[in-house]
Amino acid sequence: MAAHTSQSVAKAAGEDDLARGRSRRTGSRTEGSSGRNRPGLGQVISKHWYAWAMVAPVVLVLGVIIGWPLVRGIYLSLTDANERNVARTIGVNEIPATYEFVGLDNYTAVLADPVFLQRLVWTVTWTVACVSVTFTLGLVLANMLNRSFRGRSFYRMALILPWAVPGFVSVFAWRFLFNRDNGILNKVLEGGGIAAVPWLDDPTWAKLSVITVNVWLGVPFMMVALLGGLQSIPGELYEAAEMDGASAWQRFRHITLPGLRTVSMTVILLSTIWTFNMFPVIFLLTRGGPGDATEILVTQAFREAFVESPRDFAGSATWGVLILALLMIFALVYKRSLRKQGEVW
Amino acid sequence: MAGSVRKRGERGPLASIGLHGTLVVASVVAVFPVLWVLLTSLKPAKDAISTDFVKDPTFDNYRYLVEETSFFTWFGNSVMVAAVTTVLGVFIAATTGYAVSRFRFPGMRPLMWTLLVTQMFPMAILIVPLYNLMGQLGLLNQPVGLIITYLTIAVPFCAWMMKGFFDTIPVEIDESGRVDGLNPFGTFWRLILPLAKPGLAVTAFYSFITAWGEVAYASAFMVGDENLTLAGGLQTFVTQYTANWGPMTAASVLIAIPAAAFFLFAQRHLVAGMTAGATKG
Repeated sequence: MAAHTSQSVAKAAGEDDLARGRSRRTGSRTEGSSGRNRPGLGQVISKHWYAWAMVAPVVLVLGVIIGWPLVRGIYLSLTDANERNVARTIGVNEIPATYEFVGLDNYTAVLADPVFLQRLVWTVTWTVACVSVTFTLGLVLANMLNRSFRGRSFYRMALILPWAVPGFVSVFAWRFLFNRDNGILNKVLEGGGIAAVPWLDDPTWAKLSVITVNVWLGVPFMMVALLGGLQSIPGELYEAAEMDGASAWQRFRHITLPGLRTVSMTVILLSTIWTFNMFPVIFLLTRGGPGDATEILVTQAFREAFVESPRDFAGSATWGVLILALLMIFALVYKRSLRKQGEVW
Repeated sequence: MAGSVRKRGERGPLASIGLHGTLVVASVVAVFPVLWVLLTSLKPAKDAISTDFVKDPTFDNYRYLVEETSFFTWFGNSVMVAAVTTVLGVFIAATTGYAVSRFRFPGMRPLMWTLLVTQMFPMAILIVPLYNLMGQLGLLNQPVGLIITYLTIAVPFCAWMMKGFFDTIPVEIDESGRVDGLNPFGTFWRLILPLAKPGLAVTAFYSFITAWGEVAYASAFMVGDENLTLAGGLQTFVTQYTANWGPMTAASVLIAIPAAAFFLFAQRHLVAGMTAGATKG
């Protein structure tokens, strides 16, 4: 990754407008020594207006639809807003909001509650289990599909299928399979003389079930991304290694894995974030149950605002902010550890 | 090396069996849940829970959907929302990706960071304020409201992928366009975009799937039978006919078909597109 960008920068270093990012930082010293000052505002605008115009739609949409609600969400987490005291309309009467600013009370309440630790432990377990299993399976399957043999494109189509089906449909399909009395899984087990498994009704089984479904949903993305990565590793490397007598495992360990580093880092980061916030699987499959066994942080936040009565908007926002904070810390640590290993993005 | 000498890359029979065996098992696991729903939808509703693979095949469940529910209205709403999201999403992601890939401008690094960070936002923190905002803008129950929301989900990831993709297209092509007198927009539109077709196919697929399969916002923002999209429509259905698996499975099949069709169209490009996108991040 780093090599690529610096290469293209080097290629385009002479170009006036193109690809100046890193060349600016590295080249600024020489520019400075030649006595050129910081460009004026007009110059900056005339130079960059193309780029700004092209990113403007994204900035606008993100700003309005994510920026504002985020600020408001953070504000709500500092109040005692709930269903009873927010502004609302009953019939013709408009009732103004009466909730008050309470500072960090919500945070101390949530963090002091043992429920938070319980949810956090399960959420982390769920994320680590899902991401590691998904990654391993994706890697194995991608390696298999990267060879040439008959029926390869058929297998590939079949294996990507779970990605092509909308999530809520797949989750519905799995509920159907997991059904305790009538689901096919239990019918098959019964046929084999094994007692029915309470897939979604027993805390431990429910945890395994939601992880299974999420892995099933996540493998295709992982596989396709890693397959792409595998195809970008030059075949000559393998030939050379084979000439030198490297075993299959050695080739995998010393060529494939390093070659997949950049792809892996991106997909692991993304899929960790996605899994951490994976609302639909848990909510549609178990609603966080049985009891609260499979409740992750996100479904907890949703429950506070939309399921429990009275709806606790402030509490929900507090959980939301805590989730965001945890993920940002994770991303920063992840990025720092990558940088230590010489990767930059 | 006893016996016959194998060519490089050739497998022994044992390895071949292992390879195909593993792939067959994996494929069955991947396909079975979907296939089972398809088969169930073709059984008479009263036999939905039978374990026979095929039993008195019939289209009754589908006929029921079409005749007794507003399925086609929901379907039309979903198609409209997903199609507009896809077109706008691809266009916005492409311009952003191009700008980030080719120009170095003040605010670029924060923008890249923002695109990543938006992936981290739990929808739980946004949904209440967003609901209020949509209410103030008069966009509740309007497809436009949903489209804008979906764009915020799809575009950041797509822009990232497009950036990676544009990074693989040599800068010399831009330069030659500029020399020939095209402005940056012209270069982008006429030269680079046609070269980025695989990337566009992947982002289109991603945007479509996002908009087609989203549940939480769709059910929160849209009310009233004639405004619902499929995700919301199906939910009214569940509460009405709780134990009625038959029509549910038929609806699932009809919902999965457009997504799968789109996927077939895009899948040729999927691996190539992901390579560029994912490797360069």
